[in-house]
Amino acid sequence: MTQPIHLQVRLSRVEFLLDVKLQLPAQGITAIFGPSGSGKTTLLRATAGLEKMERGLVQIGSSIWQDTQQGVNLPTWQRPLGYVFQESSLLPHLDVQQNLDFGLKRALKSSDRALFDATQSMQTSIELLGIETLLKRMPDQLSGGERQRVAIARAIAMQPKLLLMDEPLASLDEARRQEIFPWLIRLRDELKMPMLYVTHSLEEVTRLADHLVVLDKGKTSAQGPVVDVFTQVGNPLRLGDDAGALIAGHIGAIDSQWHLSRVDFDGGCVWIRDTGFPVGKAVRIRILARDVSLATSEPQNTSIQNHLHGSIQSITPDAHPSQVMVVLKCGAQEVLARVTKRAVDELGLQVGMPLWVQVKSVALVA
Amino acid sequence: MILSHDSWQAIQLTLALAGLTTLVLLVLATPLAWWLSQTRSAWRSPIQALVSLPLVLPPSVLGFYLLIVMGPQGPLGQITQALGWGVFSFTFTGLLIGSVLYSLPFSVQPLQHAFEAMGSRPMEVAATLRASPLDAFVHVALPLARPGMLTAAILSFAHTVGEFGVVLMIGGNIPGKTRVVSTEIYGHVEAMEYAQAHVLAGGMLLFSFGVLVALALLNRRQGQILK
Repeated sequence: MTQPIHLQVRLSRVEFLLDVKLQLPAQGITAIFGPSGSGKTTLLRATAGLEKMERGLVQIGSSIWQDTQQGVNLPTWQRPLGYVFQESSLLPHLDVQQNLDFGLKRALKSSDRALFDATQSMQTSIELLGIETLLKRMPDQLSGGERQRVAIARAIAMQPKLLLMDEPLASLDEARRQEIFPWLIRLRDELKMPMLYVTHSLEEVTRLADHLVVLDKGKTSAQGPVVDVFTQVGNPLRLGDDAGALIAGHIGAIDSQWHLSRVDFDGGCVWIRDTGFPVGKAVRIRILARDVSLATSEPQNTSIQNHLHGSIQSITPDAHPSQVMVVLKCGAQEVLARVTKRAVDELGLQVGMPLWVQVKSVALVA
Repeated sequence: MILSHDSWQAIQLTLALAGLTTLVLLVLATPLAWWLSQTRSAWRSPIQALVSLPLVLPPSVLGFYLLIVMGPQGPLGQITQALGWGVFSFTFTGLLIGSVLYSLPFSVQPLQHAFEAMGSRPMEVAATLRASPLDAFVHVALPLARPGMLTAAILSFAHTVGEFGVVLMIGGNIPGKTRVVSTEIYGHVEAMEYAQAHVLAGGMLLFSFGVLVALALLNRRQGQILK
């Protein structure tokens, strides 16, 4: 299934008017990001058919779940989706295995999927989420993190055409959140199904998302591949001090003498602390705009180890009048640098000018 | 033998009436309570009031109207006669109808509270797991409302055992047919048979107390489960 997902939703609430029109990739995690009250959850619920919309279209590949113009509106239970709610949604009167069976049994009955192997699907989802030892437990005997893992396993066992997750980590404490991340990353990398992932956590976006939709008061303020949205100027993410590029690359080499690993990406490479990842492992790094400085000649005699070469794509005023945000193109990758206006003036920086980019610090996010 | 034959008969009849009433009520009250817990219809308030009416109405008023409706000239009486079933007043069936109406709020309210306490989330979850509304009702809402259902059954049974006014009006206190424990006690007292009245009245006292203790224990256990 490579056809995109079309999502058009219009519905009014007291707090906002949700009005979005999206075309989303048929694979990977699309994060829907925004402050609370921006309509993220409502958008997700409308996609599932849990909220009535005034006007809208929900089309997954070639199948139409809802089209108000044609009067098509499948009830939730006839939409082949998986839904993970923010708080625990396990059926309390059933144990873990029965919870998993509840959805799978019914998914098997729906006509278009007579052929999928239920036992295999169950086994895969149990393994993917690591819940083998929990199957006989009742929901109230599980920790919050375990419950969410079971809820995710229950959703993916049905092999949905679209997996919807509504802040699945928001109800968990920090330790539990960290415990679930690896499972979610595995899901993203091993499953083909598209996922819509609602969150207000920047960390979840940087670590999980492939595609990003930013909502603000019910409207889309930005969307696109996550690495692109991060370097958009006048950043709709409103990151302030945390503005910076998100770069996808892989471990290119390991220097065991100095405990460093090299992350290669289209546009250069940077050295980071060796965290034990093997060569070839796909990783994501963040380079914050405030950690980048610019030089017109190749820097020498500096303790800063990471240098990239690129050219200036744009210079725009930043929040404070003393500063500007410089977008640099290094190969295919964009990097942001926050520098003072005076520096721009003294160095004579202009759009198109080639430059050396010094990176003071790099964070590995996933 | 402390109890007379008549008293035994009255006890048997009371238990049969209460048991049947409870069964009928669970079947009727469950969908009604579900509807009341879910609907946003303008009819909700009047229907809710109607269901609760027996709580505040004197039983004799309910009995009086039922007697008229079920009697030979009443609308229900006309129908039952046309169907060849005769007239329900002064019969066990008539008592059953009266008891069902009289105990209706005692089964609807616990069920309705149970459904309302559940919130909309379990039904939404069931829908995302491909369960049709009926499927979800049977396999999610009903099991989750089981404590409420048990409370409803116990209250309906106990309340039917304890009714007097409606039974007297509709049933007419016919031995072996419509004479239940409460009316039997009344009869004993009227006839100055205090010893017989004591036994039955004491039995009722113990029964009612036992039921309330059982309910309290039940609620406490559920409270613990919920924690």
